[in-house]
Amino acid sequence: MALADKSASARHASDARPVPFLTPKRQAPTGTGPAQRAGKLWLALIPLAAVHSLVMFAGFFAPEDYAEQDRTLPLAPPSRLHFVDPQGRFHVVPFVYRIVPPPARPGDYLEDQSRVFPIGILVRGTPYRVAGIFTSRRHLFGVEAPAKIFLLGRDEYGRDQLSRLLYGGRVSLFAGLLAAMLSVTTGALLGACAGFYGGWLDGALMRFSELFLALPWLYLLLAVRAFLPLRVSPSEALLLAITIVGLVGWARPARLVRGVVLSARGRNYVLAARGFGASDFYLIRRHVLPETFGVVLTQAALLAPQYILAEVTLSFFGLGVGEPVPSWGNMLSSLLRYYVLSQCWWMLSPGLALIGVSLLYYLLTSLLQERLRIGQL
Amino acid sequence: MDNCEILGTLGRFRQILAALGRQRFRVQLVLAGIAITAARLTLPAPYPNEELLVTSNPIGRYGGRLVAALRSEPKTLNPVTAVDVASLEVIRRMTADLIHINRYTHRTEPALAKTWKVSRDGRHYILHLRRGIRFSDGRPFNADDVVFTFQVLLDEKVHSPQRDLLVVGGEPIAARKIDAYTVEFELPQADAAAERIFDSIAILPRHVLQKVYDEEKMDQAWTPGTPSGEVVGLGPFRLKEYNPGQHIILERNPYYWKADRTGNRLPYLDEIAFLFAGSEDAQFARFQAGELDVVSRLSPDNFSLLERKRQARGYKLYDLGPGFQYEFLFFNLNDMSSKGTEPIVREQEWFRKVEFRQAVSAALDREGIVRLVYQGRGAPLWGHVTPANKMWVDAALPRPPRSLDRARQLLKSVGFSWKDDGTLIDSRGEIVQFSIVTNAGNSQREKTATIIQDDLAKLGMRVHVVPLEFRALTDRVFHTFDYEACLLGLVSGDADPNPEMNVWILGGGTHLWNLSQSRASAQWESEIDGLMRRQLTTLDYHQRKKLYDRVQQLVAEDLPLICLVSPNILVGANENLENFQPANLSDYALWNADQLFFRKASPDQPR
Repeated sequence: MALADKSASARHASDARPVPFLTPKRQAPTGTGPAQRAGKLWLALIPLAAVHSLVMFAGFFAPEDYAEQDRTLPLAPPSRLHFVDPQGRFHVVPFVYRIVPPPARPGDYLEDQSRVFPIGILVRGTPYRVAGIFTSRRHLFGVEAPAKIFLLGRDEYGRDQLSRLLYGGRVSLFAGLLAAMLSVTTGALLGACAGFYGGWLDGALMRFSELFLALPWLYLLLAVRAFLPLRVSPSEALLLAITIVGLVGWARPARLVRGVVLSARGRNYVLAARGFGASDFYLIRRHVLPETFGVVLTQAALLAPQYILAEVTLSFFGLGVGEPVPSWGNMLSSLLRYYVLSQCWWMLSPGLALIGVSLLYYLLTSLLQERLRIGQL
Repeated sequence: MDNCEILGTLGRFRQILAALGRQRFRVQLVLAGIAITAARLTLPAPYPNEELLVTSNPIGRYGGRLVAALRSEPKTLNPVTAVDVASLEVIRRMTADLIHINRYTHRTEPALAKTWKVSRDGRHYILHLRRGIRFSDGRPFNADDVVFTFQVLLDEKVHSPQRDLLVVGGEPIAARKIDAYTVEFELPQADAAAERIFDSIAILPRHVLQKVYDEEKMDQAWTPGTPSGEVVGLGPFRLKEYNPGQHIILERNPYYWKADRTGNRLPYLDEIAFLFAGSEDAQFARFQAGELDVVSRLSPDNFSLLERKRQARGYKLYDLGPGFQYEFLFFNLNDMSSKGTEPIVREQEWFRKVEFRQAVSAALDREGIVRLVYQGRGAPLWGHVTPANKMWVDAALPRPPRSLDRARQLLKSVGFSWKDDGTLIDSRGEIVQFSIVTNAGNSQREKTATIIQDDLAKLGMRVHVVPLEFRALTDRVFHTFDYEACLLGLVSGDADPNPEMNVWILGGGTHLWNLSQSRASAQWESEIDGLMRRQLTTLDYHQRKKLYDRVQQLVAEDLPLICLVSPNILVGANENLENFQPANLSDYALWNADQLFFRKASPDQPR
């Protein structure tokens, strides 16, 4: 306790005198040291922001609507971009051919090379809504009808996989973020209460959190789903999944926050403030919660990819959003068929996207943690 | 009697030889030798009383083990109580019936009954049984076994699922022994396809099961774990070994009552092994690896994968065209008025309108389902009889192409309209939305449901697809009626209309859309009921066909079931397997297991 008090008071001293045991690291001369990397939070933040804005404006980046079926093109492989036409002429703008299914052999596709369809930028296509406010028909890229461009192939119903990946990311990524926010907020509040008041409240909350840590959330979700009526709209199903996953996950952030609060409330400046007659609410808001900020942020960054994965798992088992609304989970469920798994590599794209996003989040977590260690948060 | 003794001794002798021979080829040679001598002696001497059935198949060679797969473990080996597909698949290899339906020609042919006569009124059948033939334990078969079998099946305490088939118009069939090899059956009313009833009714050994039956333990008899000697039948194979979780192995029944033209007693194969391979994908993987000799009911995906590598791998593939399975969508038309104000009662006002169902049918893209779900290996359906059933399908049935315009007109004609955003509303302004339940895990049905959802969205209907676990689904459809629409499939067990009776008559056990009571909800429903009952007792084929055609027309017009597609039967087999003649009627691949043989000795599979 004495040591903790000392370091805490040291950290809160107005001069930037470093905590003794952290000193050597801060003064590490190499350019790849934690201090150097910790400064590069943007390394993770910028790509994450890019991914999130891609899926947020999915309508603009996606060439087609997510539910639009082209029943002549089930499981068509990705369009091939060409630069040289059959006459041997070189085109600066890449072009595609129209894909036609030969009548006799299902599953095989041919390019109709009689006409080239150059890729256009900012073309007009199917209408979509931007942020639920206004409707637009502009898409980032596309080709003239009757040709279609599908850079990631088409799924079993002949829907554009790239469009679905973008729209599906909207569901999966934001479900993860919302659930993480929900669970970190609940966790921080309960943890702060437990740590600050201690006593029986602390005991009760912490035993309760242990119960939650031991809870198999997948089965809980299955049970909750069984009680619901048959007809659940995709958005309701999504909200339900987010709420349950988010609420079940409060225990871990709560315990971490409690630890930080526990050490914070005994500090001299807190005791001093209490001595001056500060209320509990004031103390928690002004002195205790700011102390937990770093932990909460790191937890949020750590939980977000886990919850994205949870949403994917749920949708994979058919418990998340339902057809035709895509999510990375229900898109991956087509891989349950051996044929799709072995023959259609482009159907794996949601999995690859998931890996990428998770890695970015974990990078963010580790950068945040390092900042926390050296006290820059 | 002396002959019986000799036969018994010979049989035991052969068993001993089989037990002695450790190496496969020795057993093969020995058995083949014995069989040939036996057969030469059999026809006619010294089995003067044994009336073998002589088959016309190409002559085969003895030996080999055929490996097939089952989706699940057989729950029982008891032909009286078996209902699941895996049990039936095994049981049918070990048992025989009186009159058999040839799965390939769809016609009846003699089996244990060598001839039969029908009285003029169609109510009395006299069956003459084969003399001198034996059960797989060497004990003789006679009329007592037949009478015993029907006594057991008709006993209500036994709860045999086959009992329903033997009850015509509420009264059971009566079996009476005339002499040791003649049995008379009396039907309560004339039945156009009475001789087809006898198919798949396995004749039980009285000498084994009489005691069990007297103790009222029929339902516990013959589990897969029963010692192999105690499971006795008249089929080409008998139980050899059961290994829970692994396999069940059948061996040749040395007393089988069929022989080929040169007098070789069938079957040719030494053994059939059924492996338990969970999913269709698992079966496909094992077939591709050469671990299975036969795989039936391949999915279209896997079939096309196999097709690409056919040359290299040494197997034959068969696309038999549509089978007898029909997939359909139906709406809940049960009388739900007791449920009062629940939304289902309001929604049923839409479902009960024939124009609504016709609009749904007109909007569905059957060709698209065939292409997307079955990779083109299926047939679109507008009526419930599939093209496989050439005898009974109504070729004149209209096959209207998909038309959203017609669907919209139909909806408009009964008061539906559209909001500005294209959502369909009924005359009271309610948004038309409902859910379609189907069984989870059946990827083909789930995909079909998603296509239907998209098709109906074009009409402005909001449809939710709800895949349910099969138990939960049957509970909703058969007991609680808590569903709005459902996507299911049925398989007809026979080419004849009679097995379809329970689907179409009022109060039938599979009268899916209106199970709640035997009162008709509409005029067409009682008309179908009447037609089905009339065709049952009409003996002339052409008159029957006319009646059944009318049923098909009514079903296609009034759409209690909106028929969608019939999947093709896709089968694969080891290319060395000869006499292989897969059929589009159920048991598909192994219906003629007694005639199958390997061209070259199949290499011993390490197992």
